[in-house]
Amino acid sequence: MTLPADQPRAAADTLRGGPRRRSARTGVPLPLLIPALTGLAFLIVPLIALLVRTPWHSLPEQLTSADVWQALRLSLVSATAATAVCLVFGVPLAWLLARVDFPGRGLVRALVTLPLVLPPVVGGVALLMALGRNGIVGQWLDAWFGITLPFTTAGVVIAEAFVAMPFLVISVEGTLRAADPRYEEAAATLGASRFTAFRRVTLPLIAPGIAAGAVLAWARALGEFGATITFAGNFPGRTQTMPLAVYLALQSDPEAAIALSLVLLAVSIAVLAGLRDRWMRAG
Amino acid sequence: MTETHPATGPSTDGLDARLVVDRGDFRLDVALTVAPGEVVALLGPNGAGKTTALRALAGLAPLSGGHLRLDGTGLDRTPPEARPVGVVFQDYLLFPHLTALDNVAFGPRCQGATKAEARAQAAQWLDRLGLAAHSGVKPRRLSGGQAQRVALARALATRPRLLLLDEPLAALDARTRLEVRARLRRHLAAFEAVAVLVTHDPLDAMVLADRLVVVEHGRVVQEGTPADIARHPRTDYIARLVGLNLYRGEADGHTVRPADGPPLTTTEVLSGPVFVAFPPSAVTLHRDRPSGSSARNLWRCEVAGLETHGDQIRADLTGELPLTADLTTVAAAELGLHPGAEVWATVKAAQTHAYPV
Repeated sequence: MTLPADQPRAAADTLRGGPRRRSARTGVPLPLLIPALTGLAFLIVPLIALLVRTPWHSLPEQLTSADVWQALRLSLVSATAATAVCLVFGVPLAWLLARVDFPGRGLVRALVTLPLVLPPVVGGVALLMALGRNGIVGQWLDAWFGITLPFTTAGVVIAEAFVAMPFLVISVEGTLRAADPRYEEAAATLGASRFTAFRRVTLPLIAPGIAAGAVLAWARALGEFGATITFAGNFPGRTQTMPLAVYLALQSDPEAAIALSLVLLAVSIAVLAGLRDRWMRAG
Repeated sequence: MTETHPATGPSTDGLDARLVVDRGDFRLDVALTVAPGEVVALLGPNGAGKTTALRALAGLAPLSGGHLRLDGTGLDRTPPEARPVGVVFQDYLLFPHLTALDNVAFGPRCQGATKAEARAQAAQWLDRLGLAAHSGVKPRRLSGGQAQRVALARALATRPRLLLLDEPLAALDARTRLEVRARLRRHLAAFEAVAVLVTHDPLDAMVLADRLVVVEHGRVVQEGTPADIARHPRTDYIARLVGLNLYRGEADGHTVRPADGPPLTTTEVLSGPVFVAFPPSAVTLHRDRPSGSSARNLWRCEVAGLETHGDQIRADLTGELPLTADLTTVAAAELGLHPGAEVWATVKAAQTHAYPV
């Protein structure tokens, strides 16, 4: 997107004319400008503060400590596994919501969206009630298969997937709704079953939407705190992900907390840049 | 056409359908019988139900009633992927992520061919349609005419017993249309099974099809060869399409009396309900009541509208008898025609054509 041709000239006019001319066509009214700039500062200043207070001289030492690597590796692995879980179950769920007209579809969509607005701690408690050793599903998992999910790395993945799945489902469903369903009809007239049409036509067409949804879900899973600590606890090397490590470090070693936060900030910026380059510009 | 298939009876080969589709207030009820090798055009205004009929044939819209048999096999309950039907969609719907070759190979692949077999078949079809050089190209890089041929190749590659074409030329600009139309005609003539195309363009229908089925408001209003329909239109819509003035009335000898309007004089001698048709070029306009004109049909009219029509002016006239008249630009200027002007219109009986309803 290029700027309109008269934009630089308008900017120059504003500079020359000073505040009085700001009320002209290109001007921004002060009652909007001041809160807007305040809001912008509110979002940016904390990030700047993080950079300002970063102990740059001891940073290499902080980041190479075994604890940090352990937490970072666990975070990356569990967020990626959670994203895979979201993809395997979330994409078909999104297809069902977008393409099949079944009774109670609105209610199902509302339920899918619920974890998006639910406090993650509540999600963690709910997961304990369902999959905990005495949970309504967990007691059978324990009795029949000897599987215990809470306070394990698998539990971390489940907690993260629970919180991140709505992001993926909503993103993919939106892409599916925007995609022309007549391509699936064309595939049907060529002899493709509904599943073949989905696999060979719909899936490639909505791949950018799925990728964007997966990145959103991954970022959400990476930052997950409440559901993880409630359902999986905080055991270093097993369930202590980066956000948990940051919180813990802040109480004993603030410099380490800052260093860990900086790593998460860098990962977030990388995700945003990746999203922007690959998908946002295309849209 | 049935004599080329002596082994089977004439009633089992080809398409035999009565399509009934209810959709809210709209009801489509169209009977359609097409022999193998025949090309039939469903012609009608927008909203007449042509595309619904096509979707019903393809299995994309469920039938509310009637029946659908193709080569003696009932298809009423067969899902679209199991029907031996190929569709060329209006905007082609080529899969944008696949090359032209893989688009065409999609059908054979779904029918169980291996990837290599499907591609070999697809390459043959593209070659047959003159597209061998474009097989590796994605659809967005194809011209409109090329995309249409890839869509045709993709539909033919499944070896359908029924080929459906939805407004096959509507997405093309006027210049490519002419060439593509001639090419499509050759391909359809070579197709040995049933072909049904849907169009609102009478020229496309008349060039491409052996037989026209005119559909209005969900019903068949007229059926016949292009020449027959052009000469004997039976509704205002068809008359406008083929550029004729059309009136329905009671004939008594040389005189035909429309339900509301002045009598018309014709050369044919008929009785009972008839149509009278004459082309706009048969109408002569006069500023004053002509004296000594030999024309038997003389009406007082008012100009409702004027538009250029090729190198001529077409005048829409209201008054005793609504009609359209074609005249040269010079004649229009000499008459001082403008909307609201009063004129006299004459038509010689010899230029009218009357036929029973």
